[in-house]
Amino acid sequence: MRRLLFLLPVALFAVIAGYFTLGLRGDPSLLPSALIDKPAPDFALPGLGGKPGLARADLAGRVALVNFFASWCAPCRTEHPLLMRLAEEGKVALYGIDYKDKPEDAARLLAQLGDPYRRIGVDREGRTAIDFGVYGVPETYVVDAAGRIRYRQVGPISAADWERKLLPLLQKLGAS
Amino acid sequence: MRAAPFPSPRPSPASGRGRILALLCLILALLPLPALAVLPSERLADPALEARARALSRELRCLVCRNESIDDSSADLAHDLRVLVRERLKAGDSDAQVLAYLTSRYGDFVLLRPPVQPDTWLLWFGPPALLCLGGVGLAFALRRRRGAAAEPAPLSAEERQRLERLMREEEA
Repeated sequence: MRRLLFLLPVALFAVIAGYFTLGLRGDPSLLPSALIDKPAPDFALPGLGGKPGLARADLAGRVALVNFFASWCAPCRTEHPLLMRLAEEGKVALYGIDYKDKPEDAARLLAQLGDPYRRIGVDREGRTAIDFGVYGVPETYVVDAAGRIRYRQVGPISAADWERKLLPLLQKLGAS
Repeated sequence: MRAAPFPSPRPSPASGRGRILALLCLILALLPLPALAVLPSERLADPALEARARALSRELRCLVCRNESIDDSSADLAHDLRVLVRERLKAGDSDAQVLAYLTSRYGDFVLLRPPVQPDTWLLWFGPPALLCLGGVGLAFALRRRRGAAAEPAPLSAEERQRLERLMREEEA
């Protein structure tokens, strides 16, 4: 019995080590969204260069991807080809929110690389982004047909992210 | 006789004092200064409200820099959040309402001091519990050791016989 007592620190160490091993797994830069399964925040943003803007009501009725981007955001360019491909396939409604950007810069970016968005809202003050819980661009939110946020992608969507996370979720939600 | 163009070096006691002064200056220069991230344009005119905003800002995590409060951070998002906190206070929100708004957007992670709730019990009460456990263990161990030292085991019959024999041999 007393022998077993000496094993107690070893057991305690194993428990703590296991806890830390689990805790250190995964990417610490990814924060879970506080809005998962909650209704998307209400917003109504002006459009880019006289085009119609984007409001929460525009998302209603179908599964939508809301992509926060900016012309000054380098990682946004890495996901841009994928967004263009999605727009060509046309299976999912892709909306853009231009985050803390000069509208003319955003317009120039889209003229250069192509505009994958059905509608774009310009969030110059970044308030809509704060309402969504955005802490950096790009971020992409999956909003279901009932207007609830189902997933948040932090950082550019890689091909692997799309195949493994977003596409299965969109299929489950009945988007494509 | 020619006048010295510059004052000659002072005698040693004064130069010792000068050295101390220089050292003090050096220490002062090396003291960490608060990073004054709050821009004058952000401040509220009402000092009481501004004081509340500062106190709240110190409780809120800058989500870009992670281990800084938004009061200390010069990140863009921290600036936006500071302005937002002040706007909400000006609109009449209580401190709790401001914190509730931000946790509804960014989760409990935005609070630098995690709230006490079932999933943080281990965090809050784990270390004190471990300390208590260690204290109890130590108390037991000490008690046993003292008990062992105070009362040596009584001699067995065999030992007593041997002792008596030895004593008798000594007398003889």
